[in-house]
Amino acid sequence: MRVLGIESSCDETGVAVYDTEKGLLAHRLFSQIAMHAEYGGVVPELASRDHIRKTLPLIEEVLADTALTTKDIDAIAYTAGPGLAGALLVGAAIGRSLAWALDIPALAINHMEGHLLSPLLEEPAPEFPFVSLLVSGGHTLLVDVKGVGQYELLGESIDDAVGEAFDKTAKLLGMDYPGGPYLAAKAEQGIADRFVFPRPMTNRPGLDFSFSGLKTFAMNTWLDTEQTDQDKADIALAFQTAVVETLAIKCKRALKRTGHKRLVVAGGVSANKALRNKLDAMKGVEVFYPRQAFCSDNGAMIAFAGAMRHQAMKHQDVPSFTVRPRWPLNELSPP
Amino acid sequence: MNILALDTCTEMCSVAMLKNGELFEQSVPTQRGHSEKILGMLDEILAQANCRLSDMDCIAFGRGPGSFTGVRVGVSVAQGIAFAANLPVVPVSTLAAVAQRAIDEHGAENIAVAMDARMQEVYSALYQSVEGLAELSGEERVCLPEHIQLNTEQPFFAAGTGWKEYETSMTTMFSRQVNAMDNELLPTAAAIAKLALKQAEKGNTLSAEQAVPVYLRDNVAKKKGEQ
Repeated sequence: MRVLGIESSCDETGVAVYDTEKGLLAHRLFSQIAMHAEYGGVVPELASRDHIRKTLPLIEEVLADTALTTKDIDAIAYTAGPGLAGALLVGAAIGRSLAWALDIPALAINHMEGHLLSPLLEEPAPEFPFVSLLVSGGHTLLVDVKGVGQYELLGESIDDAVGEAFDKTAKLLGMDYPGGPYLAAKAEQGIADRFVFPRPMTNRPGLDFSFSGLKTFAMNTWLDTEQTDQDKADIALAFQTAVVETLAIKCKRALKRTGHKRLVVAGGVSANKALRNKLDAMKGVEVFYPRQAFCSDNGAMIAFAGAMRHQAMKHQDVPSFTVRPRWPLNELSPP
Repeated sequence: MNILALDTCTEMCSVAMLKNGELFEQSVPTQRGHSEKILGMLDEILAQANCRLSDMDCIAFGRGPGSFTGVRVGVSVAQGIAFAANLPVVPVSTLAAVAQRAIDEHGAENIAVAMDARMQEVYSALYQSVEGLAELSGEERVCLPEHIQLNTEQPFFAAGTGWKEYETSMTTMFSRQVNAMDNELLPTAAAIAKLALKQAEKGNTLSAEQAVPVYLRDNVAKKKGEQ
């Protein structure tokens, strides 16, 4: 069975085809980052305007890559939330209408479930159960995953998402949007331990996160220096180290609490090298990541989540579509 | 020629089919939730006309202006259907659709369409009836009601919700020219189908991925230097 996946929840348009026998057949992505950079951040209206120009051309490319036609597609999966309402609506409308016209099932997929399941696209794929750390510009979640649709939220950020904290800190250090990856690159030139940042919410029990204080700490530290390039690198490193260690401490706690031996890390920040090195060094735990290309938003994870859900799905065929800008993972149920 | 038409650009959710000259149509006032209705309504209109999607020659759609989200829902649905069914599309202006209704329902000849564009502005354009079909004179614009320029000395029929929202200022401004008015006219898929027919007969169709919205309002955000 082949599932066409469409992702349009924020600033990337992603399309892919997943085959339950042969695996991922093709994927294409268009990132709007360059456009939004001119505005210093994602402009929701412009994001929506771009998705509607890019989705069909990407679908055509993916079909050409696989030498398939729409007749060879058995189901359409589209991101229905969480995300920007207008952006979600474009992918949902195109996806649902394609399915309607082709008379095949349509699957409304939760974007975070897409990220959460994305490491299952890799070899070896993690087996259930596992703890999932979802870290992106919009989310910081620790989830107990017992199976597809069986998600228990263990902890989340009470303020900024971790990727957001990276971007905001980069911005105050004078880096362009989106600054997270620039900050990580800058940190490589930093001198360790020159500055030491707090590890927020680690000295008390619980699995929630808070990152907005680190941003303020970075700001105050920056203002106390002569603001040289080395100061910038040292602060970047101190910030990143604090974030990475905080995430690692909470992951360890989550693994201990659940008794699971597998950790799955996904979302844009899962591409961060320092984070990967730190987590890989944990003993007695197998750590799984999506490939670099699938850390950030993509169509492959939506096609895959669609395939996982479709295989066991009771056929719901209401000819309508809605999106949910807010859609907590723990409201999902098994297919 | 068989045309399936849809429009979700305004507070009307509307579908229609022209089946060899016979018109089927359905419109439902809809503030929000076009996305929940539109495909079901298309199912119904196809059933009513006893047609299948594969019997269609093209898909016509309201390409804006209107609510940004509404415009995108309609264009996206048209894209999806046309791509899946391998059909060409015909984009039709929602302002032209309002003018067409003024022609069909009121026998109007010159029509000044003004549609509420929120943010204290209106979408506007001037149309003439040419062989019973609305034809644009000049261009479509978005501006404050007091800045409307219709570039005509002729009396006209005032059509569209802009004439209601800004009734006092606009009817005062054009008091010498407004000879009749219907300020409740919204675009419908039936009017869109009618206008699309002429275009389709002339071969003026596009492929699915060329179906794009016309917003008219394009300065939606400020770049870093302008902030």
